[in-house]
Amino acid sequence: MDWRTTVDRLFPDGHDVAADGDFLGGTGRSHGEAYAVIGQTNHADVGVELALRMAQATLAVVREHPGRPILFLIDTRGQRLRHRDELLGINRYMAHLAKCVELARAAGHAVIALVYDQALSGGFLASGMMADTCAALPEAEIRVMGLPAMARVTRIAEERLRALAAHSPVFGPGAANYVTMGAIDRLWDGDLAACLAAARAAAEPRDRRRALGQERGGRALAAGIAERVLDAVVTE
Amino acid sequence: MHPIHSYYEATARQRLAGLLDPGSFREILPPTTRTVSPHLEALGLPVAFDDGIVIGAARLDGLRVLVAAQEGGFMGGAVGEVHGAKLVGLLERARRDHVDGVVLLLETGGVRLQEANAGLIAVSEVIRAIAATRAGGVPVVGAIGGQYGCFGGMGIAAACCTALVVSEEGRLGLSGPEVIETAHGVDEFDARDRALVWRTVGGKHRYLMGDCAALVDDRIDAFRDALAAAVRAGEPFGLSALEAEHRMLAARVAAHGRDADATDIWRTLGWEQPADVPGLATADFVAQARTRRAA
Repeated sequence: MDWRTTVDRLFPDGHDVAADGDFLGGTGRSHGEAYAVIGQTNHADVGVELALRMAQATLAVVREHPGRPILFLIDTRGQRLRHRDELLGINRYMAHLAKCVELARAAGHAVIALVYDQALSGGFLASGMMADTCAALPEAEIRVMGLPAMARVTRIAEERLRALAAHSPVFGPGAANYVTMGAIDRLWDGDLAACLAAARAAAEPRDRRRALGQERGGRALAAGIAERVLDAVVTE
Repeated sequence: MHPIHSYYEATARQRLAGLLDPGSFREILPPTTRTVSPHLEALGLPVAFDDGIVIGAARLDGLRVLVAAQEGGFMGGAVGEVHGAKLVGLLERARRDHVDGVVLLLETGGVRLQEANAGLIAVSEVIRAIAATRAGGVPVVGAIGGQYGCFGGMGIAAACCTALVVSEEGRLGLSGPEVIETAHGVDEFDARDRALVWRTVGGKHRYLMGDCAALVDDRIDAFRDALAAAVRAGEPFGLSALEAEHRMLAARVAAHGRDADATDIWRTLGWEQPADVPGLATADFVAQARTRRAA
């Protein structure tokens, strides 16, 4: 999926979004409003440099454009799996990005994410999954890891995992399953500018994913358990 | 039963018993509620009545805290739907009630892959809840010193905390050495080279890089004192703090981005004999690190 096609559809009023390596940055205009665009391309392996670059762009929006909504464009095949990144503490770089997104939210920025191509595990956690609301294009590929690797780690036969994936939103890859699980708000199709405007209007800082997962039948327990912890009576 | 002193050897419940003020712990969703994972049950795998995490309210050195302890003995402390929801509820409760702090005893490989998408989403909700709790003014401090370390998405969650207390035995990272070796071969990262693994993701390296606030001996009482101090110290969450972290992380890549091994980094930090670092006792190491540590 070419990011340019997606960005053109999102911002019919114009944009200056450009790629620099695996990083996407710029400003887009839609329905009379400017959006800060921060993203990934080339199915990025998110290493320390890209996490830092995305964090820098997020901090710049908070500093220079109070209140401007932020759109994250996601295309990652995961965190960079290198010794060097672990040596430098890549978990801290990812956490820094996640905290910068939280800062933006706390400062009143609406934060929206769109998976326009791929979203796998570590590269997705600190960016798209930190947004107020995350959407996906229908053909987007979203998953934890490939089934062969999952079979190796869990020692569950690949055939069995494949059968489970075909019927269960818990195991199945793909954007539609993540909608059922509540992690993806909805699939965007047709007029992407209208989808963006609607998401921007509906965005709220509260994490609604567990409630959505329950409503849609993908995650039966998470919402109820969190509520029970919140409501538990504790005597000193 | 005599008390367990080693944090590394202790179970989640033994750690809580040793850390918290005597008689102060009130467990939320205890094992009697049989709060088990439906996904493990569906796969015919063993379940735990607390889903591998103990949570509750307590006093820590007099401080009013909410605590969570992950049990490495159950699926390596991995996070599934129920496990994650207990953590998220606890963090949101802390923010709502303005307790003095949240204490997370982390021992986890990250996403529980047997719960696939549900595990990944749960970890992301935990990361977001930690950040939101901090943004709401409540410190969240973490401890790492168990057999399984703290990896995967929970390595990100750990680094979102206000402060981390780590022992020399503690390991912290994102992708485990085995995962990297599987992806890029033994020349990229030899997961069986214990010394290499230790100096790349171990407690001393993380302390020297400035990724944990305290390095302590493998004793439960040492963790207790450092965790209480970290809750009291707090740390602001805001633009200037994140800008400072940003400068530090950018400087780290500039200074060490071409170093091939932790010993190269340690030498740059002023350790004239980096090969001796692994053998130093914690107290001696921390004393020498005062002038030989980033950040």
